[in-house]
Amino acid sequence: MSKPLEHDYIGLSEASSMERSSDKLSSSSSCTIVSSEDDKNNVLNFKDTDLCLGLPGLGKDLEDKANGYCHSPMKNFVCGSKRGFSDAIDGSRKWVFSVNGGSEVDLGKNAHLLSPKIGKTGLENNSTQQSCLGGTSMNKEVAPCSPQKSVLEKKTHASAPAAKAQVVGWPPVRSFRKNTMATNLTKNNDDDGKSGSGCLYVKVSMDGAPYLRKVDLRTYSNYMELSSALEKMFSCFTIGQCSSDNLPGRDGLSESHLMDLLHGSEYVLTYEDKDGDWMLGGDVPWEMFIDSCKRLRIMKSSEAIGLAPRAMEKCKNRN
Amino acid sequence: MDPKRSRNSHESVNSSESTRFPDEVLERVLSLLTSHKDRSSVSLVCKDWYNAERWTRTHVFIGNCYSVSPEIVVGRFPAIRSVTLKGKPRFSDFNLVPENWGADIHQWLVVFAEKYPFLEELRLKRMTVTDESLEFLATSFSYFKAISLMSCDGFSTDGLAAIATHCKNLTELDIQENDMEDNGGGWLSCFPENFTSLEVLNFASQQGDVSFDALEKLVDRCKSLRVLKVDKYVKLEQLHRLLVRAPQLTDLGTGNFQQELTPRQCAELESAFSNCKNLHTLSGLWDATSLYFPVLYSACGRLTFLNLSYAALQSGDLAKLLPHCPNLRRLWVLDTVEDEGLEAIGSSCPLLEELRVFPAAPFDLDINRGVTESGFIAVSRGCPRLHYVLYFCRQMTNAAVATIVQNCPDFTHFRLCIMNPGQRDYLTGEPMDEAFGAVVKTCTKLQRLAISGLLTDLTFEYIGKYAKNLETLSVAFAGSSDWGMQCVLRGCPKLRKLEIRDSPFGNAALLSGLAKYESMRSLWMSACNVTMNACKLLAREKPRLNVEVMKDDETDSQVDKVYVYRTIAGPRRDAPPFVLTL
Repeated sequence: MSKPLEHDYIGLSEASSMERSSDKLSSSSSCTIVSSEDDKNNVLNFKDTDLCLGLPGLGKDLEDKANGYCHSPMKNFVCGSKRGFSDAIDGSRKWVFSVNGGSEVDLGKNAHLLSPKIGKTGLENNSTQQSCLGGTSMNKEVAPCSPQKSVLEKKTHASAPAAKAQVVGWPPVRSFRKNTMATNLTKNNDDDGKSGSGCLYVKVSMDGAPYLRKVDLRTYSNYMELSSALEKMFSCFTIGQCSSDNLPGRDGLSESHLMDLLHGSEYVLTYEDKDGDWMLGGDVPWEMFIDSCKRLRIMKSSEAIGLAPRAMEKCKNRN
Repeated sequence: MDPKRSRNSHESVNSSESTRFPDEVLERVLSLLTSHKDRSSVSLVCKDWYNAERWTRTHVFIGNCYSVSPEIVVGRFPAIRSVTLKGKPRFSDFNLVPENWGADIHQWLVVFAEKYPFLEELRLKRMTVTDESLEFLATSFSYFKAISLMSCDGFSTDGLAAIATHCKNLTELDIQENDMEDNGGGWLSCFPENFTSLEVLNFASQQGDVSFDALEKLVDRCKSLRVLKVDKYVKLEQLHRLLVRAPQLTDLGTGNFQQELTPRQCAELESAFSNCKNLHTLSGLWDATSLYFPVLYSACGRLTFLNLSYAALQSGDLAKLLPHCPNLRRLWVLDTVEDEGLEAIGSSCPLLEELRVFPAAPFDLDINRGVTESGFIAVSRGCPRLHYVLYFCRQMTNAAVATIVQNCPDFTHFRLCIMNPGQRDYLTGEPMDEAFGAVVKTCTKLQRLAISGLLTDLTFEYIGKYAKNLETLSVAFAGSSDWGMQCVLRGCPKLRKLEIRDSPFGNAALLSGLAKYESMRSLWMSACNVTMNACKLLAREKPRLNVEVMKDDETDSQVDKVYVYRTIAGPRRDAPPFVLTL
């Protein structure tokens, strides 16, 4: 029995995080039938990004996004959204998905812009909609996924969430051009990243370091390589901290110390993705990571409270 | 190689009333006619002319593949070498037509294989083409030369491999903006070693690597190659190697234009471009910045068509490039160039006839960048010959449009897309009626019009009253009542294609066109106020129209999508379950 969903800035309180996670997973699993079909055409595979939390203060942005079009329904719903449950039902009709589908069809018949029209188009195309509908027998409090959104996503292939609702096929731009521009935008929007087929430079900042570095993400093939490169880069800044830890003082820094620094309790690797959210590094597959990463930040675990339970646990364990 | 035919020779022998050309002379004359509109006119003169025309026609253009059946086509025209077919309604480009709607080429190919063994050319737009169909095509027609696929779907690079393998006389492989599955670039290597006939090669829309080695060798041995458009995975230094092997190119689509080159490589590339003395069309330029534009300067003076719509250039970049391109007739850009970029167009390209400004971020509703009315005005001032425009913007005024058409009264194609649906004149707050009123009043040669912004029935009154040459009209989120659509149906004698979405036109409007639809190619209405009863009535009254309804809700009498078109082939035999032919 889940509690009424009054969200704090994170979207969930620590105690119920696991409970909520399981709720989310059960609802998202009923949605994966739909979302997996979309993924073929999507730049990012959002199946893997159902869980995510934002930093404090990002709630407002996420709320705006939640009002509109969203790739990963669960993400926006729980992440830092300050909206109460009632908003989820009334404020945005898009989130309501009654089981018989009838009321939503009636909604906004004359409203050109809102998703019920989109929903109609989506509905006729995707027979798995019904199974998604049926599957969400659980708590209506958790907003069920919007499969018509996912189908819409497949069709329109927009890569940036809009603040307002998107209309199918508007503006009238052919899919080839849409897809091409979506890919181009992720490269060109980022002034930190160098556009081009050969490299993907992103800025790396580290808390406490006086200057930033740049790394070419394409020269690494997994997180391990990236983190060891970062360790080498920023080793000069971490020497001081090392001796203040419980770690025995050493003359030089061995690799394992650096690993501990970054993967242990002291620092976590975070990144800003295309949507402007700060994410914990390491969750998503590498390819997806470099596709969406705009900049990196090596953050002290103590500051990374909003990012992941894992970081918080580590803090607790240390102390 | 002419097919045998029975001659109605006794007809011409017996006739004595009028001087009649012998069949041979008539046919000889008619065989010089290429325009299909002329040929249609000829075929209506009399039976002799009808026959002479049908025996001499070598190219058939079918604007709606369901308006006629392959059997009827082969029955009437025995000597066809070239076929152009268009399939789905245009709104399918914007995902308004569900998948598996139809327009599959295969049945056509089966019939053609039997009756047109000498078929040489096939040009398809918005058709579904499978790899099996491409393979069938490649193996069934030994003289096949040219294939062009635009906005088609259903095939992959495997289909291209079949074409490359089997079509020994291929001159043209033109794959434009399709939904093509990428199963690797190996298809290029399928052209045999002794294959040299290629003249047109366009694979710009491929989403993956091709074997560059194979491409280079192909370009090297095809000395007649005049059109080469590569995909964005071909790098700048590779481009150089292609250009030195094909200086005779008239039409080039580059690959990626962003790569670190040494000064020597730059110089070599520049030299390669200057050797392309016949180059008049340039496209591709993926990820281009102004950094490498200087290599193009020597070729720019000859360019008549420049497609920069895949390069997110800033205004400064464009301002640097355009002074080198004074002979441009056609220019496509992204709205990242902004109004300043358009001003550069106005000042550098006096001969410009066609401008298309595409949106770089069409779905990002928060952005306030892009182009505005002032950029459009600047172009209209500097380019009086402008007659074709496609313009995506986020703000517009009635006064601006009036000024624009005063400067350029010769518009034949005016497609204005104000990206926020139902948006008003941002200065006066009024609807955009007067803007399009000005267009139709001033531009008497207008053939194609796409409208946007907040529009009342007044716009349609203007269109019906003034747009006497209008053939194609696209309507979205516009109008106030049935009256609007009625005005258009009543007033535009040459209207052939009408596509409407999300507008408050209902049954009265639909039925007011009862007498007109048979003179049109097609009507599309989606998200309007049309009900099943009206569609059924239309279908009943007009048996030579196909009235096809796509509904998503079984119980609702409201029709979501209706597609009406004239046909002599009867109802579709391949309609999917969601298409209801009434």
